Amino acid sequence: MARKLLLENINVPGIHTFDVYRQNGGYRAVEKALKSMTPDAVVEEVKTSGLRGRGGAGFPTGMKWSFLAKPEGRERYLVCNADESEPGTFKDRYLMTHIPHLLVEGMIVSSFALGAKTSYIYVRGEMMPQIRILERAIAEAKNAGFLGKNILGSGYNLELYVQPGGGAYICGEETALIESLEGKRGNPRIKPPFPAISGVWGCPTVVNNVETIAAVVPIINEGGEEYAKVGIGRSTGTKLISASGNLAKPGVYEIELGLPVEEFIYSEEYCGGIANGKRLKAVVAGGSSVPILPANLILKTINGQPRLMSYESLSDGGFPTGSMLGSGGFIALDEDQCIVRNTWNFSRFYHHESCGQCSPCREGTGWMEKVLHSIENGHGKMSDIDLLVDVSKKIEGNTICPLGDAAAWPVASAIRHFRDEFEWHVTNPKAAMEGNYGLAHYADPLPKLEEEIQN
Amino acid sequence: MLSVTEHKEIEFSADLISKFEEIVKRYPEGKQKSALLPVLHLVQAEYGWVSPEAMDKVANFLQIKPIEVYEVATFYTMFFLRPQGKFVLEVCRTGPCCLVGAEKIMNHIEKTLGVKEGEVTSDGNFSWRGVECLAACGMAPVLQIGPEYTFYENLTEESVDKLIENLKSKI
Ligand SMILES: Cc1cc2nc3c(=O)[nH]c(=O)nc-3n(C[C@H](O)[C@H](O)[C@H](O)COP(=O)(O)O)c2cc1C
Ligand code: SF4
Ligand code: FES
Repeated sequence: MARKLLLENINVPGIHTFDVYRQNGGYRAVEKALKSMTPDAVVEEVKTSGLRGRGGAGFPTGMKWSFLAKPEGRERYLVCNADESEPGTFKDRYLMTHIPHLLVEGMIVSSFALGAKTSYIYVRGEMMPQIRILERAIAEAKNAGFLGKNILGSGYNLELYVQPGGGAYICGEETALIESLEGKRGNPRIKPPFPAISGVWGCPTVVNNVETIAAVVPIINEGGEEYAKVGIGRSTGTKLISASGNLAKPGVYEIELGLPVEEFIYSEEYCGGIANGKRLKAVVAGGSSVPILPANLILKTINGQPRLMSYESLSDGGFPTGSMLGSGGFIALDEDQCIVRNTWNFSRFYHHESCGQCSPCREGTGWMEKVLHSIENGHGKMSDIDLLVDVSKKIEGNTICPLGDAAAWPVASAIRHFRDEFEWHVTNPKAAMEGNYGLAHYADPLPKLEEEIQN
Repeated sequence: MLSVTEHKEIEFSADLISKFEEIVKRYPEGKQKSALLPVLHLVQAEYGWVSPEAMDKVANFLQIKPIEVYEVATFYTMFFLRPQGKFVLEVCRTGPCCLVGAEKIMNHIEKTLGVKEGEVTSDGNFSWRGVECLAACGMAPVLQIGPEYTFYENLTEESVDKLIENLKSKI
């Protein structure tokens, strides 16, 4: 069994309550940090651990923390990003539902490290049940003296609040999240200034993902060096993977970074293979924003090396033949799925979620959605395929926030790897409406289960 | 788009006001505008939607301009700017859910309720709409029902029928 650092106690009955969580070693990290460490020592420990942001970008957390401006007499804030709206990602919901005190504990230790006296957990508004769970966990922790004034006699004060969003994917982008927390529309800000200098109400602010904050707990408990021993290379520690789509056992799995993709998909410990004995056609490995890869390229890199679940291996080959770990939203498509339809669906999503500030994003996402819709519905022209590539290129890199890139990459990568399927839609509109292009040559190198049995 | 309805004065209850006041305390002095989203959620839970009158009252309470409330209420998809059915079924329509049959579920709901997306049944009890990824893709297809946003996972046509029957019995 692989090491588990976050979900080790997930199956302990009652682990969502303070008492059970505490009996199982909970809040030790708060005791250790507040009683025996300085804030700077906590930051150093996180640096040593090599922890990278789990929200999608993978930026080193310790480094981000050390950028935080600390002017005297000025409040600074930690805001936890629990907006979780990237299609294919549902690990934060899982963590908050089942082991909410891990997040609360991580928030206390991290706020202490950053010198924040008030911190917020910004939860997407649809997660009302999780908001209630967190509010209860916070009340319990406060009752036990882990929040509020003079925590554990250390002289450190902290208030922790939950803030609901209103249903807008863009509010996961950190500056949009800050705007939203201020009670405004979620329009991303132009950077610089970065939140570390000017964030919530103009004060220095750090925004971190739920899983990132939770990982601070084992880092403090075991030490950064121990944490760094788990994983592979610069991908240290464990990662929560949200597995969805046509898998036999979709769900949230904690993996040690470096696990081979093939093992993740096919082993009984994880996803148990493709549902209904079908074959794998394609995978979107890190949430809808990252490039889609055909089965052969997700299992092996272009050099024939086994592809691993790590920041480096998943991006091996760059965009021509690789992808990204992103948020860890692992979406599997089987042989009966239509790449054009899936790409259109994602495009519609980004068009719907564009905040509308930049014209390349606002207009480009709408254009791509329209063109993809017409190809999918049998009205496409051959020139539309190049038009899509052209529009995606014009969006990429030309916008205020990365949503533009996130909208462009799925389209560009789908055409890069599955161009013949797009062409088939144009040349065989009727067949495309009624049937499916199937697996074609994107063959899953592994045989079907029945074939295995027959041979 | 604000709907034009008859202007009806409303009065927030003392209970609701005290909840608003609790929320305002979470933010530094003078930053009470931050309470806007949580306050709008409470208003919607109370009235089923956020009417222009309610928005004006919220602006008044938070001491901000009405436009600051309108622009927020229109930006975020969770706020209803028109009255809805008593139960609003919100089905996830995004990629991962569609890989395992979300479109079939939406068609089934449309047929069963007999209204199109966004419309209210003639008895005023139900409406439905497609929404974007609800962070539950591993339990797809899924739908949620406010104001507590209860979740229904791994939907089938049969489980949807049962759910609708169940909701009808609560009316
Ligand atoms: C359009 C968009 C949506 C995002 N959504 C999320 C999200 O739901 N959750 C999240 O943690 N980060 C999200 N991010 C990344 C955040 O901007 C930010 O990088 C992250 O919260 C930083 O935390 P980390 O360093 O701990 O990963 C999103 C970014 C973009 C551009
Ligand atoms: S890229 Fe899109 S979502 Fe981001 S700021 Fe520009 S218009 Fe808004
Ligand atoms: S795609 Fe439906 S919950 Fe994520």
